[in-house]
Amino acid sequence: MAASGTELIEIKGLHKSFGDNHVLRDIDFAVGEGEVVCLIGPSGSGKSTLLRCVNLLERPDGGAVIVRGENLADPDCHLDAARRHVGMVFQQFNLFPHLSVLENCTVAQKTVLGRKTAEADRIARANLERVGLTEKAAAYPAQISGGQQQRVAIARALSMDPMLMLFDEPTSALDPELVGDVLTVMRDLAEEGMTMLVVTHEMAFAREVADRVVFMDGGVVVEQGTPDNVIGNPRHERTRAFLRRVLDPTHALPA
Amino acid sequence: MSSATVIEERTALSPRRKARRNRILQYVVIAMLAVGAAASADWGQIAHVFLEPQLIRSAFADGLLSALVKTLEYTAGAFLIGLVAGTVLALMRLSPIGPYRWFAMAYIEFFRGLPAVIVFIAFSLLPLAFGGLIIPFDPYGVVWLALGIVAAAYMAETIRAGIQAVPRGQVEAARSLGMPAGLAMRKIVLPQAFRIILPPLTNELVLLVKDSSLVFIIGVSATGNELTGFGRELANTQSNLTPLVTAGLCYLIITLPLGFLARRLESSSVKAR
Repeated sequence: MAASGTELIEIKGLHKSFGDNHVLRDIDFAVGEGEVVCLIGPSGSGKSTLLRCVNLLERPDGGAVIVRGENLADPDCHLDAARRHVGMVFQQFNLFPHLSVLENCTVAQKTVLGRKTAEADRIARANLERVGLTEKAAAYPAQISGGQQQRVAIARALSMDPMLMLFDEPTSALDPELVGDVLTVMRDLAEEGMTMLVVTHEMAFAREVADRVVFMDGGVVVEQGTPDNVIGNPRHERTRAFLRRVLDPTHALPA
Repeated sequence: MSSATVIEERTALSPRRKARRNRILQYVVIAMLAVGAAASADWGQIAHVFLEPQLIRSAFADGLLSALVKTLEYTAGAFLIGLVAGTVLALMRLSPIGPYRWFAMAYIEFFRGLPAVIVFIAFSLLPLAFGGLIIPFDPYGVVWLALGIVAAAYMAETIRAGIQAVPRGQVEAARSLGMPAGLAMRKIVLPQAFRIILPPLTNELVLLVKDSSLVFIIGVSATGNELTGFGRELANTQSNLTPLVTAGLCYLIITLPLGFLARRLESSSVKAR
């Protein structure tokens, strides 16, 4: 189902437990270059954990996480070097509150990539323009709205010239009227050909933007396919039940 | 029975009136105590012993200000040492490497558990134990070290608490940008941690100002005297407490604004949340 031949992420036999809670059970999964994949599923299904395993914010208990041919789950992997190429956007934005918007976008460029200040500033400003926040460069995170903070977080990740962007429920902490701004930025990004792996509850976004939708439940991939198939015409009862709850919450029966 | 239930006869005072009566009673007692104390005191004698204008003037002439400067210098140097050593200890305390952690814990418990006076006496005797030991910047070096070593133990715990108060997401964001752990600590965690602990650190500074009075135990020369040593010596030679009271007022001139600053920082950091 990959959009192109080369796989950017390959996950093989991934296991992860938190204590007795077996969150990921033998996941096999791949994302091709330029592909936009949305991970959907009920809370506790393991989708966020799977995403966090891709840049090893969670260390898997077993299996391989191969990004650009390098197994990040290998204890001898140069993890910091590998992470430079993988952008991550968090549900809670996690901007650095003591740094200005511009500094948020330059600090890792300068310290990790060794770019000079002028170059880092130029790249940061270009990416702030991409997310429509040029005029907020001097502001501090506390001075801007949640939607703006999340767009800065996207610009911060983009400033590292990532090969791949991971989004962990990027709009779940936002006021409803601010969700659209962030989704628009993400859609633009997808149209520019960025490889994206997105954990989301925004079914309209998944339907419109994703090349592939993956439904997870109970730590396994239940089904995956084009948005039209998985969201429009799901084959599994678990998928149907989940979509009923998400798409028509006022009529959902309590579990 | 009607909905308006019968209210039983209430002859006692209302709670508000009762509270007011009690308050007035307390004011009366306080006023009586104050008047009694004022009347029984020999004000002339008290003023002569504690606040003799002549002796206040001579205290200035004898170098009160340079003693004040010494107190500030001793405190500033010790605070710097405490801050640096405290940060190192806090990082060791949080280290995954066992021996670092154990050393930091032992150090912190040891120097927090000991009275500072004992550390100072020990320092004054150090040359006996280590013949030929010379601590540079005499007399500052010894004072800075003795004060700083104790201060570091207290500050280490404050700094550790600050580091742990920085949300985990901050480290995750830094690491996901490719920052190694040490760089993330330096650029992202520590600046935020210090912002969080600014109020308690200001309090540590106040404590340090006062602890600097313990240097007389080390036995610095008269030129190295800080406020307490200065006031004490002068009070002894003049058999009058005025120099000591004057020195005490100088401490308040330093510590009151610092205390005020700490409260300001505290309330502004509460607002920021």
